[in-house]
Amino acid sequence: MATMTMIKALNTGLRHILEEDDKALIMGEDVGRLGGVFRVTDALQKDFGAERVIDTPLSESGIIGTAIGLALRGYRPICEIQFDGFVYPAFDQLVSQLAKIPNRSGGRVRLPVVVRIPYGGGIGAIEHHSESPEAYFAHTAGLKVVTCADPSDAYWMIRQAAASEDPVIFFEPKRRYHAKAEVDTAAASLGLHEARVARTGTTATLIAYGPTVDVALNAAAAAAEEGLELEVVDLRSLSPIDWEPLEASLRKTGRAIVVHEAQGTLGMGSELAARLSERCFYSLEAPVLRVTGYDVPYPASRLEDDYLPNLDRVLDAVDRSLEY
Amino acid sequence: MGSVDRPRPAKKTAKSRRKSASANEPEFVQLLTPEGQRRSHPDYDVNFTDEEYRGLYRDLVITRELDAQGTALQRQGQLGLWPSLLGQEAAQVGSGRALAPQDTVFPAYRELGVQWCRGLDVISAFSLFRGVDLGGRDTVADRFQMYEIVIASQTLHAAGYAMGVAKDGAVGGEDGEAVIVYHGDGATAEGDFNEALVWAGVFNAPLVFFCQNNQYAISEPNARQFRVPPYQRAGGFGMPGTRVDGNDVLASYAVTKAALDRARTGEGPSLVEAFTYRMQPHTTSDDATRYRDEAELDYWRAKDPILRYRSWLEAESLADADYFAAVDQEAAAEVRELRQRVMDLPDPDVTEMFDAVYVDPPAPLRAERAEAVAFRASLDEGSES
Repeated sequence: MATMTMIKALNTGLRHILEEDDKALIMGEDVGRLGGVFRVTDALQKDFGAERVIDTPLSESGIIGTAIGLALRGYRPICEIQFDGFVYPAFDQLVSQLAKIPNRSGGRVRLPVVVRIPYGGGIGAIEHHSESPEAYFAHTAGLKVVTCADPSDAYWMIRQAAASEDPVIFFEPKRRYHAKAEVDTAAASLGLHEARVARTGTTATLIAYGPTVDVALNAAAAAAEEGLELEVVDLRSLSPIDWEPLEASLRKTGRAIVVHEAQGTLGMGSELAARLSERCFYSLEAPVLRVTGYDVPYPASRLEDDYLPNLDRVLDAVDRSLEY
Repeated sequence: MGSVDRPRPAKKTAKSRRKSASANEPEFVQLLTPEGQRRSHPDYDVNFTDEEYRGLYRDLVITRELDAQGTALQRQGQLGLWPSLLGQEAAQVGSGRALAPQDTVFPAYRELGVQWCRGLDVISAFSLFRGVDLGGRDTVADRFQMYEIVIASQTLHAAGYAMGVAKDGAVGGEDGEAVIVYHGDGATAEGDFNEALVWAGVFNAPLVFFCQNNQYAISEPNARQFRVPPYQRAGGFGMPGTRVDGNDVLASYAVTKAALDRARTGEGPSLVEAFTYRMQPHTTSDDATRYRDEAELDYWRAKDPILRYRSWLEAESLADADYFAAVDQEAAAEVRELRQRVMDLPDPDVTEMFDAVYVDPPAPLRAERAEAVAFRASLDEGSES
């Protein structure tokens, strides 16, 4: 057991991947000499060489497109897209190529590519550095989409993603990058696509992922002081969704509130609300509610506290749920 | 195939840039005129055996006939779409035969002639355009990657693959591996193409960009795609670019071979622009009469790649009427067999859309699959009763 930040956990995970699989590559803008703008790849180029930790041209479509070619050649690239809002130039390569080529081949070709994307707001950043584009990729068949909420998951999930034969989009909640926690590097507690009950309760279920898991846990702690026992489920995998723990939780609590930073319309919460309503209809005491970013472009950073789901908005939603 | 006797194409000499005989003709490498006259070139030549010379003719004719069958099958409702390569046979056969067995091809979607030259079963092109599958091959083992419909996307895949070849240490020497990516003139306006040139250049990837400039991106002529022709743009990305008469199978071979050898020996990427013409509409769904006239087609008919090559073979007594008749017979047999195989392609099972998306389909997808299978079964039961 060691206590480390999420950045260090990711860095350690990547280091172990490079040590164990000589076909693994890291590629992205500034990932080499600089160690990444968040230092997630710090010292990896120094230790593994510029042939394996590759500073690429400033060319996002190029990063994903060449990673596909390298994967066809037998390599296992782990790509970094520097910020969430810079992934869109690579959209064709992600959606029409990475997601579809294995299926196009009838399963004869596999593309074990990981795409790491620091995402989400709350860091006072300039435009295009605070977005939550996960739903685009969760909507795309052929991709798997995951996100970690704490250092332990960061370490294990990046390792599991790198071991996946399917392409994985790996979202890292950048405002949780510096949060410290214990990481047990001896054994993984969960599979890559399993949801985790982060706190048990009986009053209502908060469904969160990535940066909002911490928000939900804080809300649950505050609610406990008022005698409300909120269950918090960390989704972890956005595609595929691990429905069983969600359904089990709803059958117990009868109430669910989805919390995410991304805009509400057609976000992950839309799918969660629709499916859980179908599957748990007779257990529900209230409609599945959503606490999300508003349906606006991510605002100027002085307004982000109003935009982002926070403890009070989550507890207000709990109150609304309980009023049914 | 035969060897090429030439210096490196990177070496630009005043002679190699000289104008063609006619002022109206573009500047390009040509070894065989439209009239079937052999020309010499300071940088490029071919040296085939008689058998190999004849073999190129056979490839050209069979490619044309297989392609014509694609158009016919579409007209008869057997294919959903067919993108004809008519007029581009020499560019494809010349470049396709320049490939070594260890080389890897990244095609666009019109490369039936290259597929033929690779010795691969061409049925996969037809099953794709029939809608039976989406490609359905082990494209890595074939060293002929998936047909790519999105314009220029494959140029980046090729650049990455070629980077991998270099990483593997598989370049350097005559037995090195080279990668070739096929694209059109329209692709040169795409961002991915330009990014691929950057990457190939920066990483000195063993890659040949083979641009079949067939003059049109559907309806839009070259003037809507670039101000500077592709072969001249290559220099801006730090690699040599060469324009070749794409209707001249010998020049297409020689120039591509030189570019591939350059790549395989570790000298890096280059671009070949094969100047050719798409005699058919973009696809069977296109109406080319809206954007080009008969006079233009006549101009290019006079440059037909097969007629000029046949004239030359005859003039050189490399092949006689019996040989040409035998090739025609072989092509007819190939077409007959292909036609039957296309018509016999079974429709896929409903499960096929589910089973290759992921290595292990997740539970929600397995549930959808079961639903679709049950639904199909219920329809079949209904139709039986």
